[in-house]
Amino acid sequence: MSTILEKPGFNPDRKYKIIGTSPVKHDGFDKVTGRAKFAADAFLPGMLVGKVLRSPHPHAILKRIDTTQASKVPGVKAIITRDDFPEIKQGTGGGDMTRLAMAREKVYWEGHPVAAVAATSEAAAKKALKLIEVEYEVLPHVIDPVEAMKPDAPILHEYMRTKGAKGPDAERPTNVVERHELGIGDVDKGFAEADFIVEGTFDTKPMHQGYIELQSCVANYSEDGQVDLWCCTQAPWVYRDRLTEILKIDSSKIRIQQSELGGGFGGKTTFYLEPLSVVLSRKAKCAVKMTLTRVEVMRATGPVSGTQSTIKMGCKKDGTIVAVDSKLVFQTGPYTGSAFTNAPQAMLTRYDLKHVRTISYEVVSNRPKVSSFRAPCVPQVIFGVEGLIDELATKIGMDPLEMRLKNAIVEGHKTIYGETFNRIGFVETLEAAKACDHYRAPVPKGQARGIACGFWFNRGGETAGSMNLAPDGTVTITLGTADVAGSRMSMAMMAAEELGIPVDRVRAVLADTHSLGYNRVTAGSRTTFSSGIIVVDSARKIITELCRRAAKIWNVPEEGVVFEDGVCRPASSNVGEFEPLSIKEIAHKTTYTMGSISGHSEMNVTGAGPGFAVHIVDVEVDKETGLTSVKRYTIIEDAGKAISPAQVEGQFQGAAVQGIGWALNEEYVYGADGRLQNPGFLDYRMPVASDVPMIDTVIVEVPNPKHPFGLRGVGEVPLTPAMAAIGNAIGHAIGIRPRSLPMSPPKVLAIIEEARARGVLPAG
Amino acid sequence: MSKKHHITTIVNGDEYEALCETRQSLLDVLRDELRLTGTKEGCATGDCGACSVMMDGRLVCSCLVLAVEADGKSVDTIEGMASGDELHPLQSKFLELNGLQCGICTPGFLIAARALLERNPDPTESEARYWLAGNLCRCTGYDKIIRAVLSAAAEMRGA
Repeated sequence: MSTILEKPGFNPDRKYKIIGTSPVKHDGFDKVTGRAKFAADAFLPGMLVGKVLRSPHPHAILKRIDTTQASKVPGVKAIITRDDFPEIKQGTGGGDMTRLAMAREKVYWEGHPVAAVAATSEAAAKKALKLIEVEYEVLPHVIDPVEAMKPDAPILHEYMRTKGAKGPDAERPTNVVERHELGIGDVDKGFAEADFIVEGTFDTKPMHQGYIELQSCVANYSEDGQVDLWCCTQAPWVYRDRLTEILKIDSSKIRIQQSELGGGFGGKTTFYLEPLSVVLSRKAKCAVKMTLTRVEVMRATGPVSGTQSTIKMGCKKDGTIVAVDSKLVFQTGPYTGSAFTNAPQAMLTRYDLKHVRTISYEVVSNRPKVSSFRAPCVPQVIFGVEGLIDELATKIGMDPLEMRLKNAIVEGHKTIYGETFNRIGFVETLEAAKACDHYRAPVPKGQARGIACGFWFNRGGETAGSMNLAPDGTVTITLGTADVAGSRMSMAMMAAEELGIPVDRVRAVLADTHSLGYNRVTAGSRTTFSSGIIVVDSARKIITELCRRAAKIWNVPEEGVVFEDGVCRPASSNVGEFEPLSIKEIAHKTTYTMGSISGHSEMNVTGAGPGFAVHIVDVEVDKETGLTSVKRYTIIEDAGKAISPAQVEGQFQGAAVQGIGWALNEEYVYGADGRLQNPGFLDYRMPVASDVPMIDTVIVEVPNPKHPFGLRGVGEVPLTPAMAAIGNAIGHAIGIRPRSLPMSPPKVLAIIEEARARGVLPAG
Repeated sequence: MSKKHHITTIVNGDEYEALCETRQSLLDVLRDELRLTGTKEGCATGDCGACSVMMDGRLVCSCLVLAVEADGKSVDTIEGMASGDELHPLQSKFLELNGLQCGICTPGFLIAARALLERNPDPTESEARYWLAGNLCRCTGYDKIIRAVLSAAAEMRGA
């Protein structure tokens, strides 16, 4: 029998009853009344408070830790240091993970944990932290990744050798984790065909995911070695397996229940407090709750990779892009894991190019380890690529959208990384952008317009889920993926559509790690797609079983029953005259047939459809101050099929505003001492409501034939072109396109002065 | 350990008593002592608005108020916003218009938005945006939040 992956059953003519509507999210009610339980909202009897002692130095040898005085503080029940964690070899996956949670030989960034305390009160825990004596041998540090690549830079890991390096570079200690080359054709040959060539170096700064919910967890280690862990995470199964790896506890003894997730955006795919709370709980013999402060979130949880991209691009007079050459540098913090190879794969994947070379480097430095963020490492390089395309379009006098259309890929395109695309909707997205009100409207006086295009692969991966039919005919779904913004509702809608019942008869809940098989991290825009396939597969199994039961009730052969519009009916009059049986009627009789009815599914989901977007933005730049105001913003993006259009719009709008923050304001500021100077929301200023306009959206629907309803992921694509679109708009406003993020007032003002000096912007 | 203070506060119309340290914020006492966890901590520095509550009719960040300051005062939190089964029009509009995604900032936005509409029943989009500029949301881009607030205002005016 073929699987749902082989035969998804997508039918372009199917008329939907529930899909494509935007009913109120089931999880919404608890969120507007304050009942919803986020990570920090859990309390257990006798629970202790855990706090972390962190390194004040960005780079130092950890010589001695003395907890004698701290342990005498009344109320202190446990103190842990590196000695409480099993040794795992440095430079391995597990070795990095355990050292990220608790420093061993050295501290690698300001904020690196060196000890943790569990006490009966926060005050006692904090008092104990002050009494822990730590002796450091301070070492020179390096913050900037480009500086870290220089031969005389302080070396973080003496054991590190560059993977993929050639010659003497491969032999010496280095901060370059990997040199990665990816390309096609012959760039020299390509540039020889070019009529115009542009080149530039672009840099982007680390930003923080900026989730409002502080990481928090409660660990409860029982006397027989069972661990119950409650936490906010995008990856319960991944956290469990990592705990098994670094703490040597059987996975069967670790039960993780995810809380409501108060924002993640990729940032809650890496654990920080969880291993500490488990070890503290084991030592203290009590449940331990730990919650990060906002300063700790900024100093010690994953920001996004900062990058430097040097890109050269050539085109013919007719707009055909003929070659791209690039050198890309990605900062990863002290340990590898930036997912930087996404960038060379995605940076140009929407244009049909014959000659491309990319050389990418991942570099360690003395900053917090990066974590994922919407399309990890991709928006950064698209900032450069889309900026250069815009410069070329200006040079040849071509409309920027037309230039992209000229080079756009279609179905059957073989990507630089080897995948051949099934049905894709880039051309349709560009056409929709051309036709939308915003693009057709003249640019208002005093403003300027920028456009840019983006792409994300969209992912599938290991996914498991279950569906149960209750005797009253209602349905529950147990999901293994996290709900980052409303996916439980989308799952309920897909189940209801497939089963032909009202969506209010379906509820989806988030499973703990004992209840389902392994689920890959909730990331990569894979959730609604992957868990959606699991849900539809489970529903189809339930339908098969419903038909069996109806056959039994009617005493007819199974093949004599069909399921249509939520009821079982005889396949033809030859089967006999029977009144149709509803799901409710069959469910009610399960005790008399063969017991309860469930559907279950797990698979390594494939067939995710890539997504493309066009962003159009109008800005006004104050020539006196350099301040940029975003006046109008439209996102046009292919969602394949919007299960809940309101939720899809919400993904687009949220990403746009994150992009505005990254483009105009957000960055980490370090002092010469290697310490972060803006670890809070006052000095690290994310966009607020008065900073931004309404964000208009156009949902394009070019179905992905590998999904039963045609959907594509939408979480990541809408961030990828944002900074490029804003940069292009600012470039048109002031005559020179900024090449460094954030495009903050002082930097834009300096460019305005340069533009005036060069005569590309009128004085005054 | 310094002596604790006994405070009596009317929370959502009911009298509550708590013992608190001088240094404890109203937010900490609401959450950790009274277990009213609908009020959220996002920063503890008054920058994100997730902990917004009303104290004697004034919108405050409960992380910036000492619990002892709430002694003898009246505090309104998200848990008291609905009347029985009846949601406040703002709550209904946030649901209907998808004014929330992850939901962590939602209680703070609802409390702050209600305070706005009590002072200004007919705010412009710009007025709503500036009033709510003290509340951070990272998911929605604010679009649907602002629409929900303006729509609730219209409904409450009977427009």
